[in-house]
Amino acid sequence: MALKIVKGSIDRMFDKNLQDLVRGIRNHKEDEAKYISTCIDEIKQELKQDNIAVKANAVCKLTYLQMLGYDVSWAAFNIVEVMSSSKFTYKRIGYLAASQCFHESTDVIMLTTNQIRKDLSSPNQYDTGVALTGLSCFVTPDLARDLANDIMTLMSHTKPYIRKKAVLIMYKVFLKYPESLRPAFPRLKEKLEDPDPGVQSAAVNVICELARRNPKNYLSLAPLFFKLMTSSTNNWVLIKIIKLFGALTPLEPRLGKKLIEPLTNLIHSTSAMSLLYECVNTVIAVLISLSSGMPNHSASIQLCVQKLRILIEDSDQNLKYLGLLAMSKILKTHPKSVQSHKDLILQCLDDKDESIRLRALDLLYGMVSKKNLMEIVKKLMLHVDKAEGTTYRDELLTKIIDICSQSNYQYITNFEWYISILVELTRLEGTRHGHLIASQMLDVAIRVKAIRIFAVAQMATLLDNAHLLTGNMQRNGICEVLYAAAWICGEFSEHLENPMQTLEAMLRPKVATLPGHIQAVYVQNAAKLFATVLKSQEGNTEGTPAQETSQLMVERLPLFVQSANLEVQERASCILQLVKYIQKLQQKDVEVAEEVSALFAGELNPVAPKAQKKVPVPEGLDLDAWINEPPSESESEDEQPKAIFTREEPKHSRPRHTEVDEKELAKRREVRKQEQANNPFYIKASPSSQKVYQETHGVEHIPVVQIDLSVPLKVPGLPMSDQYVKLEEERRQKDRADKKKKKKEKRKDKRTGRGKRHDSGPESEEDITPAHMVDIVTEEMPENALPSDDDDKDPNDPHKALDIDLDNLLETAGRRPLADSEKLPVRSHRAAEALKSPGEDGDAVSAATLEPRKKRSKEKREEKKKDKDGDRKKSKEEKKKKKHKHEEKEENLLSGQADEPVVQSEESSQVAAPPTSTSAEVSDLDFWLSNAPVPSNTQEAATVAAAAEAASVPEAVSGTAPDSEPEEPKDAEMEETKSSKHKKKKQKKEKEEKEKKKKKKHHHHHRHSDAGGEESVQNGTVEEEEPLPSMSNYCLLAENSYIKMVYDIQGNLQDGSQVVVSVIFENKCDSFLKSMEFNVLDSLNSKLQRPEGSGPHDGLTVPFQLPPGVSNEARFVFTMQSIVMPQKLKGTLTFIVKNDDSSTHEKLDFKLHFTCTSYLISTPCYSDAFAKLLESGDLKSSSIKLEAVLMPFHHLLARICFHHHFSVVERIDSCASMYSRTIQGHHVCLLVKTADQTVSIDAKCDEPTLLGNVLDEIKQTFSQC
Amino acid sequence: MIKAILIFNNHGKPRLIRFYQYFAEDMQQQIIRETFHLVSKRDDNVCNFLEGGSLIGGSDYKLIYRHYATLYFVFCVDSSESELGILDLIQVFVETLDKCFENVCELDLIFHMDKVHYILQEVVMGGMVLETNMNEIVAQVELQNRMEKSEGGLSGAPARAVSAVKNMNLPEMPRNINIGDINIKVPSLSPF
Repeated sequence: MALKIVKGSIDRMFDKNLQDLVRGIRNHKEDEAKYISTCIDEIKQELKQDNIAVKANAVCKLTYLQMLGYDVSWAAFNIVEVMSSSKFTYKRIGYLAASQCFHESTDVIMLTTNQIRKDLSSPNQYDTGVALTGLSCFVTPDLARDLANDIMTLMSHTKPYIRKKAVLIMYKVFLKYPESLRPAFPRLKEKLEDPDPGVQSAAVNVICELARRNPKNYLSLAPLFFKLMTSSTNNWVLIKIIKLFGALTPLEPRLGKKLIEPLTNLIHSTSAMSLLYECVNTVIAVLISLSSGMPNHSASIQLCVQKLRILIEDSDQNLKYLGLLAMSKILKTHPKSVQSHKDLILQCLDDKDESIRLRALDLLYGMVSKKNLMEIVKKLMLHVDKAEGTTYRDELLTKIIDICSQSNYQYITNFEWYISILVELTRLEGTRHGHLIASQMLDVAIRVKAIRIFAVAQMATLLDNAHLLTGNMQRNGICEVLYAAAWICGEFSEHLENPMQTLEAMLRPKVATLPGHIQAVYVQNAAKLFATVLKSQEGNTEGTPAQETSQLMVERLPLFVQSANLEVQERASCILQLVKYIQKLQQKDVEVAEEVSALFAGELNPVAPKAQKKVPVPEGLDLDAWINEPPSESESEDEQPKAIFTREEPKHSRPRHTEVDEKELAKRREVRKQEQANNPFYIKASPSSQKVYQETHGVEHIPVVQIDLSVPLKVPGLPMSDQYVKLEEERRQKDRADKKKKKKEKRKDKRTGRGKRHDSGPESEEDITPAHMVDIVTEEMPENALPSDDDDKDPNDPHKALDIDLDNLLETAGRRPLADSEKLPVRSHRAAEALKSPGEDGDAVSAATLEPRKKRSKEKREEKKKDKDGDRKKSKEEKKKKKHKHEEKEENLLSGQADEPVVQSEESSQVAAPPTSTSAEVSDLDFWLSNAPVPSNTQEAATVAAAAEAASVPEAVSGTAPDSEPEEPKDAEMEETKSSKHKKKKQKKEKEEKEKKKKKKHHHHHRHSDAGGEESVQNGTVEEEEPLPSMSNYCLLAENSYIKMVYDIQGNLQDGSQVVVSVIFENKCDSFLKSMEFNVLDSLNSKLQRPEGSGPHDGLTVPFQLPPGVSNEARFVFTMQSIVMPQKLKGTLTFIVKNDDSSTHEKLDFKLHFTCTSYLISTPCYSDAFAKLLESGDLKSSSIKLEAVLMPFHHLLARICFHHHFSVVERIDSCASMYSRTIQGHHVCLLVKTADQTVSIDAKCDEPTLLGNVLDEIKQTFSQC
Repeated sequence: MIKAILIFNNHGKPRLIRFYQYFAEDMQQQIIRETFHLVSKRDDNVCNFLEGGSLIGGSDYKLIYRHYATLYFVFCVDSSESELGILDLIQVFVETLDKCFENVCELDLIFHMDKVHYILQEVVMGGMVLETNMNEIVAQVELQNRMEKSEGGLSGAPARAVSAVKNMNLPEMPRNINIGDINIKVPSLSPF
């Protein structure tokens, strides 16, 4: 019985599936929350059951509740349980729930790794698919790292359904685990040519996403994409590719040229509006990128504009919107083409759709000219009146201001009109943009001096009618304009018609209701006005009105003293005290006006918004330290709230007087004054401007522009802007009449000169003269402002991590193969063949599978093309290989080293990839871009690229590399000790022993030896094809009739700061030379090592005497501090020439030249270590080109090895990588390529200066021969 | 990239939400409300693009939506997606729903949110367009549904769940009895 009851309730409980839940919720509309909470309780019960079906059902319901906004993260573990069910039905529910509510901080996610991996490798493609889909939503960095490899393998799954999902999810993996990008990229690229369109589309999608963020890394894929673009019929793919090209063209204008034609064809042919639109967009991007170089694309522009017009005229609002959007892009570079459609765009302003109106507004911005500005703004003002929503009206307001103020008020011919517009805008109700209007008012009044009188009058009226603005609290935003009005009236109070009235208006009790920062300005400017009033009153009467004014101040100011706003209070009490004091003086009949106005004397100049930022910090200046006593007096404008004035914020407390001291160092003040006196750029203050202010900002040398005023009209009251339009019309007509004669001449000129002029609106533009002479004061910038680098990228942008140079990887692994560290992690417990690391994977692939076969056939094809060349090359290559091995063995025997180097070098000899193929690829791109016929080119380029890639694959692999690696340091060590031993030996050696040397294995050959070239072959990659000419590193130091000195400099391996100079002294005369003393003048950087106890200027005795005709070698050790620059040391050799009968003292001066090369020590390096070094990323690169080098490549290499102490890492055909290290451990890597007598050397080093010098020296070496 | 896909009805009730970027639940609801507010006040004959959904993304993002009868389908996308393309995609998605549900209506979405998700998963994955070919999408969805059916599906779950629960309780019963100090052998209940 009991069991039955239980069963009943259980039945009821489990009856409720998702549909029941939904139904239940719908039936409990009144107490939904309560119902759901009981449901959640039930779900919690269900989740406690062991039955997976019950759990799955519960999780499914939870997913629904999650959508309604319920947090279900508490069930995360149960979701994982359901995910791990073996049944697809439940698994799918689990993954769905996980994808909806898991995120990076869900801690159970780490439990899922193995489950997901299991699902990914499930034989059921839908298990895999579901896992991939789920993972795409909640992948974390850990999951990405652990699963990257599994997903990589899925990219080559047999089922396209899985392939496309795997390809897509790779993007997410890259984002979370950027290290996976390089190893995965080759395969991703391969998927661009997948037979399945879905997979292809996915690959395009992923690469487009990647390229959008870091386009430059993907430029080399352009040919491939171009091929896809011309061959694909899938509009989705086409749209993506075309969008991608839009992102690439700015980087490579030549690409744009190539694109124009196929894109125009597409525009003409396609019926899909989406494709058409994207084509137009990309053509626009191309035209923008070409805008400077190519004048003859007017046809394309016309086509675009014409198509866009069709879109805009379409009844479909979407097309209209997009048309306008694209139009605004053209506008930036080709405003004229757009301007001719003004009618259409103005029409769109009346559209009922707000999105479209906004877009049309954007366009208006670029359509204005001097001629039509007033008309357009008038139209906009009408819209402002009509506009219903505040958002749209605010948008209109900002647009009006934008349009008028653009390019430094370029289109405004009548500033009185503009001020009136601004004043009219203040009557807008409830706008948020009061501060915008205010900043415009300030900007215009400050920068356009001629307008000040008018502006002041207008502002005074505004202040008078302030109650209109402040009456309604809703209009709060607009009261910001009072800030500007008060400031303008105060600052330019000399122009005020009736300052007393304005002063009273500013001191009204109502002012106290304004926001604090405005009150503060009121108070400060009331003081300025007070000064002006005093001045005028003291002049003509005997003081009673002046005293009345003071009285007014004293009466009204206490209101502000009581203000809650600290700023207001402080200023008010200050000024109140001041006025009281003035009052006292006045009662004693003292003339105070002069002194009071001196408080506010001086001219205010506008400063560019970024000026402060751009003042370079002088060396040795600590900006945080107080230089003088902290200033006690605070200036009025400092307190402006920052948010309010972005445009014209007077950041510097007024630079009234430019007697500014850059560093504020008291000592140097006098010196500087002198300098300033002599500086023609330094404009001294006119004598009338008054006081020297202690300045704290470095705005020295800012020229103060003096502007001539012309007298504008005097207009009392608030004028309507409309009247200006009429006035302007009349004025222009008059102007035109005046100019009629001149015009004709001008036109002729214009016709010829038109091509050069760009973007200045309609022709008649020029004829419009401003209403009155207006000089716009430009914003000041510090003289030595740094160039703007406003590249503020979000440092948190995940895409930043994906800015990885893929070219190297792409086309040649030779230069930067994947190092071990870059390979994706593989679980260790799995059998190696089940899952390979990408490197190994690649290896396997390269050894056997399809990809390389395909490529290889391509390669063959290509080689057929190059018929003769190819054959010759092949046979050569074979020869080389044989030689290598042979040589290797020999070397092996000789050196008695472990087998390891053989393995290593065999491997490297297999490697056929020229390390240059990066540049080969680059030049492929160049080639592709520079040539006209399209399809053949692309194919060729593709094959070339493919060939290069195929060649590079084995390199990337270097499967044995890990084995050899641990031994490498040892090896290097051995080498080192050997070479040092060798050195010691050498000291004793005579030249004649050269032949012997050959038998021993050297890595260093200091001597001129015939065998030098051969021996320079490190790691056995340079083979002797022809005998090398003899070479010597010894160069002449000095010579006279008695003695000749030649020298060579070698780095000292034992001591990082020492070099050894070997000097060979040769006796040229028939006398005996003895008591030779060698001395140099030490520099700070380099010192001759002298025996202990001797002074810094003592010479070193050469330890031998020279009989006639004999030469001998001595060594001197120098200690170097810095080795990045070459340097010269002066020195002298003194000696005694002894004849039978006499002996004379002689001396010979010389200059020791320490080249940077001399600090290099030839150090062997293996390709994998070399690659690691290159990819470490802390090397700076540089390159040189040597023209007309006639010697064979191996000679060239030998020379570099010999003269510059490099060792060859790898050599393939006509390129070689070389390596050397300085005595201080800087790495220097070279990549030498040759083609047609031109040798290009790309070099990398962690010390750019050093690198530059080494390259110069290499260049010099070859220019000499 | 697609940042979010929202389906809600004329009253702003969510029918499906799919965020490709994490937002907490309350934030999600706020986004839905705001998006609904933006979209619902627009006439049907204005354009289908909207800028300035302040909650999702910045200026790079757009709302692209379509209104079908009682439902709004809203995609929030960034500038890498083609506007018209996304409109097409919404159409494809809706047509697919129509095929899968046979004359889809709001009720289908209400009661089968999970199935709508499964269909959507074949169209968009991780914020990127996976498949645009309707036949392919339908075929994959069908295949998976068939698989589910062959497993008995979730609908078959409750009945079997009952027996499962009963079996599950078995091992606990003896313990309970033992605690009561009554030494009764538990009868074999295997026939359950």
